[in-house]
Amino acid sequence: MTSPHPILSILGVAIVALSIAAFLIWVERRLLALWQDRYGPNRVGPFGLLQVAADSIKIFMKEDWIPPFVDRPVFILAPAIVFVTVLMSFAVLPVAPGIIVSDLSVGLLFFLAMSSLGVYSVVLAGWSSNNKYALLGGLRAAAQMLSYEVFMGLSLMGVVLLAGTFSLPAIVEAQRTIWFVIPQFPGFVLFLIAGLAETRRIPFDLPEAESELVAGYHSEYSGMKFGMFFVGEYMGVSLISAMISVLFFGGWLGPVLPGVVWFFLKMFSFIAFFVLVRAALPRPRFDQLMSWGWKVMLPLALINLLATGAAVLAWR
Amino acid sequence: MIATSQIEQEIVDRFGHAVAFEETLDRIPTAWVTRDSVPALLRFLKEEVDQPYKMLYDLSAIDERMRQHRDGQPASDLTVVYHLLSFARNEYVRIKVALAEDRASLPTTTSIWPAANWYEREVWDMFGIAFDGHPNLRRILMPNSWVGHPLRKEHPARATEIGPYQLSPEKELAEQEALRFRPEEWGMSRERDSSDFIFLNLGPQHPGTHGVLRLALQLDGEEIVDVIPQIGFHHRGAEKMGERQSWHTYIPYTDRIDYLGGVMNNLAYLTAVEKLAGITVPPRAQVIRVMLAELFRIISHLVWYGTFAQDVGQMSPVFFTFNDRERAFSIIEAITGARMHPSWFRIGGVAADLPKGWEKMFRDFIDYLPPRLVEYDKTIMRNFIFKARTKGIGSFTVDEAVEWGVTGPNLRACGLDWDFRKRQPYCGYENFEFDIPTAQHGDCYDRAVVRIEEIRQSLRIIEQCVNNMPAGAYKSDHPLATPPVKERTMHDIETLITHFLSVTWGPVMPVGEALGAIEATKGNNGYYLVSDGSTVSYRTRIRTPSFAHIQTLAPLAQGLMIPDLVVILGSLDFVLADIDR
Repeated sequence: MTSPHPILSILGVAIVALSIAAFLIWVERRLLALWQDRYGPNRVGPFGLLQVAADSIKIFMKEDWIPPFVDRPVFILAPAIVFVTVLMSFAVLPVAPGIIVSDLSVGLLFFLAMSSLGVYSVVLAGWSSNNKYALLGGLRAAAQMLSYEVFMGLSLMGVVLLAGTFSLPAIVEAQRTIWFVIPQFPGFVLFLIAGLAETRRIPFDLPEAESELVAGYHSEYSGMKFGMFFVGEYMGVSLISAMISVLFFGGWLGPVLPGVVWFFLKMFSFIAFFVLVRAALPRPRFDQLMSWGWKVMLPLALINLLATGAAVLAWR
Repeated sequence: MIATSQIEQEIVDRFGHAVAFEETLDRIPTAWVTRDSVPALLRFLKEEVDQPYKMLYDLSAIDERMRQHRDGQPASDLTVVYHLLSFARNEYVRIKVALAEDRASLPTTTSIWPAANWYEREVWDMFGIAFDGHPNLRRILMPNSWVGHPLRKEHPARATEIGPYQLSPEKELAEQEALRFRPEEWGMSRERDSSDFIFLNLGPQHPGTHGVLRLALQLDGEEIVDVIPQIGFHHRGAEKMGERQSWHTYIPYTDRIDYLGGVMNNLAYLTAVEKLAGITVPPRAQVIRVMLAELFRIISHLVWYGTFAQDVGQMSPVFFTFNDRERAFSIIEAITGARMHPSWFRIGGVAADLPKGWEKMFRDFIDYLPPRLVEYDKTIMRNFIFKARTKGIGSFTVDEAVEWGVTGPNLRACGLDWDFRKRQPYCGYENFEFDIPTAQHGDCYDRAVVRIEEIRQSLRIIEQCVNNMPAGAYKSDHPLATPPVKERTMHDIETLITHFLSVTWGPVMPVGEALGAIEATKGNNGYYLVSDGSTVSYRTRIRTPSFAHIQTLAPLAQGLMIPDLVVILGSLDFVLADIDR
């Protein structure tokens, strides 16, 4: 299949990613409501679908308030970072054969690098706000995301070993015979957990921790700057869900239906799973999270890597 | 007066003529002691006497200067009143100290009970009685810049009695300056060894404090070095209002003390009023009261359950339990016409008989709730993150809990099966079968276990009420029952006159004083009422469980982290209006 014009595909992916993120706000609110015995937004448009439009109009019209005590340049930069890094990651995401902005041979590493950069956004937001709650949120974010990053990368190395490549389309193609979720089940679980931590959602929402830190790192943000964090979070959710389906569930591969449909089907099931997790779980304490990360997850990821490596060696 | 009870005899044996006794309508042994012998006597009662009085149940004061009926009592301008509770004897004792207006001070008892700290500050704040040797005698409910002591009789009771409020620029500056946070004033240092502390202001507007509670946190990183609560933001002068409202019209104010407890507050207040009046409530009214009070216990516990899970970071349970609470409210609404604040109990009974079909509503609810509780057990109590967050966090031993005046589920979570419904039955609780749930460790998880089991026990009690509702009157025909039974009002002039007086002026309670204390939703809620033979109370003292519980926050949270603090706050189950009154 011939690739469309690069500008077109960049625009296409950006617009689709953004609209999915916006749509997710509605999906999440409706799904949460379903699981919480209530209605959720159902007033604006059919099934409340236009709620997103109403919310975006509101958030764009809000006063762009920058508190006088903040570190201004950093304060403005922080929400942009989260947005940019997540969008960049979408560039290496293969939606269907040929539908990809850039098929990098190190696509997976690029994704990991971008998600590491995303940490800066939260840390800088917490730091530049000059607010104690934001600072505590930023500190927690730094520690949490750094430690979960470590085994996030490691948990994927099993997949790389099996596929023999860092290129994401090639990884999908390598799953023609069997989805990697079966040989790499521990890796899948670890990546899922790391992905939750990476997107800072319950049970890993410690940087925000509403009942403790008010709003954590984005306490001082309002208007569209807050909106960037907000939409950035949803884009992160869709990115991680998409990555799970690409790396472990064969991306666009599937019978009968076209590849794009399979891709989105898989992606949305994981998004729904993320929402379900949010509806179900409480939040661990900061030190518990760290000790689970370093004492349980990291060794497991290493063992998984060793076992996979040994198996691959023996096989060939 | 001579000593009549055992403890009075023991006090006489030890202190001889320094003590006088008074007989009160609630038959609680009451001793008057001199100012200087207070610490010795209290220490004697707490530590030396057989079956000691371990708990400082309440500490308050009465401004006696306008009181007309004080027969047999020593001369006094301001009387400080201590209520002690002995678990071994299952008995209260009341110690009164007469003070002259120009020498309004007495030695502190903070060295005997740590719990005395806040109570003494409150007495200082409200009456201007100083406690010598108190570690930090500051105002507690009123702002620091307040002039006067509100519960003194000369202090105006409403805004119309004082001039209009004016905020001059100088005053504004002074008020702002008074709000400036200086850790030293709160008794906190700024640094330790090589680290500077962070001072974090948590509240009064904060999602974790369940209301307008302010906590000054002294942090080393995220570790809590000390936490000092500031209360009073929800203070509405409920005790002062008691001195203007008639005995009857004060009932709605009580609903708003523990605002999740609804009629449970009415019950505490009316227990005291009915002791003053000498009213025996008819059996049907008693059972109706028990039934609604237990339903409100469930309602309050459901709110706690959901919000506690939310404090631990779980977002869904609050919706589930609030839905359940809504069902309970629909029953309350059908019976009383109101939801959170029914104000539905009356002196001598309840406001009306039960409506048609009430049994079915209760039966449906009794069938509905238990399966839900099983589900919540799975989603909340057995969740491993939830356990990791709550087990071993913020625990008391029984002794510590008693020392701090902790009652209710928080006390039972430490292992002491002390429930006032069983130990000192009121309102006919002796006729019901139910268990007292207890736990062992006194930590956040155990407090939750106890409350959840209490919901089940309350359902049991309600079921017994529904099955055995006696027939008969829903209100006593005692002349002081208000509003009086109306059947004969239009038939004879005597009843008409009584009725007229009782609904216009309100009933006149006999002279005397009584403490009415019940096992409320959060612990022991007591009303100590002093009647001077008029249509209003001379002094209304409200002893609330939350006040005692929130004072324990610092010892519970020291050395833990902010997330633990929020969990402890949630597990204590307090209501700000219940703290500040």
